[in-house]
Amino acid sequence: MQSSVISMVFTSQNLMRLMGGLLVTARIAFISIAIGSIAGIGFGLLMTSKSKWIKGICRLYLEIFRIIPILVWLYIVYFGITSALNIHLEGELVAMIVFSLWGTAEMGDIVRGALESLPRHQIESGRALGLGFWKLYRYVLIPQAVRRMLPGAINLATRMVKTTSLVVLIGVVEVVKVGQQIIEVSRFQVQTASLWIYGLLFILYFIICYPLSVLSKRLEAKWSN
Amino acid sequence: MSSEEKQPLLEIKDLYKEYDKKMVLNDIQLQINKGEVIVVLGPSGCGKSTLLRCLNGLEPIQGGEIKLRGKSLSGKDVDWQKIRQHIGMVFQNYDLFPNMTVIENILLGPIKVQKRDKNQVLMQAKELLDRVGLLDRIDAYPRQLSGGQKQRIAIVRALCMNPEIMLFDEVTASLDPEMVREVLEVILGLAKQGMTMIIVTHEMAFAQAVADRIVFLDAGNICEIAEPQEFFTDPKTERAKQFLNIFQY
Repeated sequence: MQSSVISMVFTSQNLMRLMGGLLVTARIAFISIAIGSIAGIGFGLLMTSKSKWIKGICRLYLEIFRIIPILVWLYIVYFGITSALNIHLEGELVAMIVFSLWGTAEMGDIVRGALESLPRHQIESGRALGLGFWKLYRYVLIPQAVRRMLPGAINLATRMVKTTSLVVLIGVVEVVKVGQQIIEVSRFQVQTASLWIYGLLFILYFIICYPLSVLSKRLEAKWSN
Repeated sequence: MSSEEKQPLLEIKDLYKEYDKKMVLNDIQLQINKGEVIVVLGPSGCGKSTLLRCLNGLEPIQGGEIKLRGKSLSGKDVDWQKIRQHIGMVFQNYDLFPNMTVIENILLGPIKVQKRDKNQVLMQAKELLDRVGLLDRIDAYPRQLSGGQKQRIAIVRALCMNPEIMLFDEVTASLDPEMVREVLEVILGLAKQGMTMIIVTHEMAFAQAVADRIVFLDAGNICEIAEPQEFFTDPKTERAKQFLNIFQY
């Protein structure tokens, strides 16, 4: 009896749809993480600037993303900006824009923290060797900062993966939305459908996020020996 | 003798330096000739380290002039990145880059800054590593080395830039006493080869052995410049006498 219930929920068609939804989730998350990481390094460098103006503007940008919930950001861009400019943007694109901007802000702060935690004499001995600004950062400071920021960066990445579940509210059909659709269709035949589907979603999120944790542990082990 | 040879390698004139309106160095006059070893002595906080840091532009100066081979190093248009390639510096803290192996640390400056040929630099690096007895640690990471080994590598790294003058800022001050000697011997070896050096140290016996001239600094002023024999046996100033007494039990 039980196994027949499960097979009614997990038809091959439903599984394919869930995988499709998972792909949307992964696409939004990983493209945003990639953009946020690269732009975040630049933003982090700006945050360590000596200019009070640049520092202030960076601080403002970071705080705006920290204080305003991501859901509100999604609404602002998807409904607000599009109607103000009279353009149409796909929900998935809006999600990537908002998540990239958010990722840049938070990653930048992680990079700033890592750079500022480096001992001062690393900068001085680099300069004493004749290294200019860019070479100093490229060969000496950023490689060391990357090691220090790894735990925070992986934490941010998993948070970004999980937060993609909000994008259903701007009409993007990602893995949670697909799951809800399947539950709705099958709940009259199978009362426990939500348990099985959400249980599977649990595992799917784990499958995306776990490799990040493994990667982080591996890199930390490699760099600490 | 041509006029160029008579010219001092490094010349410090009326140097004045302050931090937040507080005087740190005042009226410093010093000429260093090629091949000369100057040891700067003085109590903590007298400005010794600051003086060295001014000489390679890590600290801006507020007055006076520093000249390398007669060329002024003051003013806004001075290219310190270029000058630093001629002035090597080794610091008190272990300043190797922990993300690179020994040889990567050494090659970084010559290859990325000076754009020299890798094989040629590699040969020079190996020769220098061999001379300081660390050729077998060429692929080690700094964390795998002792403090004394790190400082010897830092010296090799600075030497590989082919500097005309080397600055040593209390390079043995954070070392375990057992490791001090191995580092000082490397510096002594350089002196014998005729390297021009300015050394800040608290190792009095070493200062006496290595120096051509002792410069005694106190409260940001040069109190006394003397040959080591004379300075240690018959210092001219009261301040220097007091200072030397601290080191005798």
